[in-house]
Amino acid sequence: MKSKPVLRVTSKLLIPAIMLFALYVQFHGDFGPGGGFQAGVIFASAFILYALIFDIDTARKVVPAWMMRVGLASGLLLYAGVGVVGLLLGGKYLDYSVLADNPVIGQHLGITLIEFGVGVTVASAMITIFYLFAGQGRQPEDS
Amino acid sequence: MTVTAFALVRLRNLFAVVMLSGIFSLLAAVLYVVLDAVDVAFTEAAVGAGIATVLMLGTLALTTGVVKEAPRKPLAALLIVSLTGALLIFGTLDMPPYGDPNAPIHHHVAPRYIEKSGSEVGPPNIVTSVLASYRGYDTLGEVTVIFTAAAGILILLGGRRRPGKKRRTAGKTGG
Repeated sequence: MKSKPVLRVTSKLLIPAIMLFALYVQFHGDFGPGGGFQAGVIFASAFILYALIFDIDTARKVVPAWMMRVGLASGLLLYAGVGVVGLLLGGKYLDYSVLADNPVIGQHLGITLIEFGVGVTVASAMITIFYLFAGQGRQPEDS
Repeated sequence: MTVTAFALVRLRNLFAVVMLSGIFSLLAAVLYVVLDAVDVAFTEAAVGAGIATVLMLGTLALTTGVVKEAPRKPLAALLIVSLTGALLIFGTLDMPPYGDPNAPIHHHVAPRYIEKSGSEVGPPNIVTSVLASYRGYDTLGEVTVIFTAAAGILILLGGRRRPGKKRRTAGKTGG
């Protein structure tokens, strides 16, 4: 889409704002509406916008597909791993109170970590699905 | 929303259907805001109106844009749908009125969450503490569902596209 300067410039202005808003939704989820799911989707939509305006091959160079697969698994592993850490520290599975000396701080830490895991997994899943759908019907360069 | 839904059913141009379903999702998000479910509205607006529309458009680009005429009028399907709808509406007749403080759902675990989550878990947003802490298993399950969905699509669409043609690099699995 090299012939659409308005779209290119506007999306360049919008994409950082979208990503910043995603991070805000991610880490402000404790205080306002939002959380990992929403933040992941918003973050993914920034990349999808990029891939729509510029080319999907350009987007693949920015965020390679393998990185998204790693993110897909590592987010879930982070979530489950926080539970296992809780087990090792003597609590119940997914009981975050034992993560720190103060139960409330432990809960806060645990929630932040698992929400981050949720966000990473959701964003990676959305981008992966989009890559796969949008990449159909054309010859991929590396698969 | 009702107008949008009827238009969705009647339309034959799938591009317009995708756009209308996005509008439907946005209207649903507005409905959730009216019901004070801001978190759900957020998700609906982001997933239903945003991502789902893009994915549908991607699918449309791969397939065709106009639906084929059904060979016959599906009367049996209409009957089943009407019956199910009537049963569902009949089921709602027993429900307590919206906002009734004596409704059973307000007496199960909700008071405990509302009273204790501030001191037990901390975050001012009770939805977050219920989702992430009290109902941690459920959320773990949801994330697993998303992971499984993406993995399934990867297996279905991301595999080798040219059967009989060997992969050029074994270690690289970009798709």
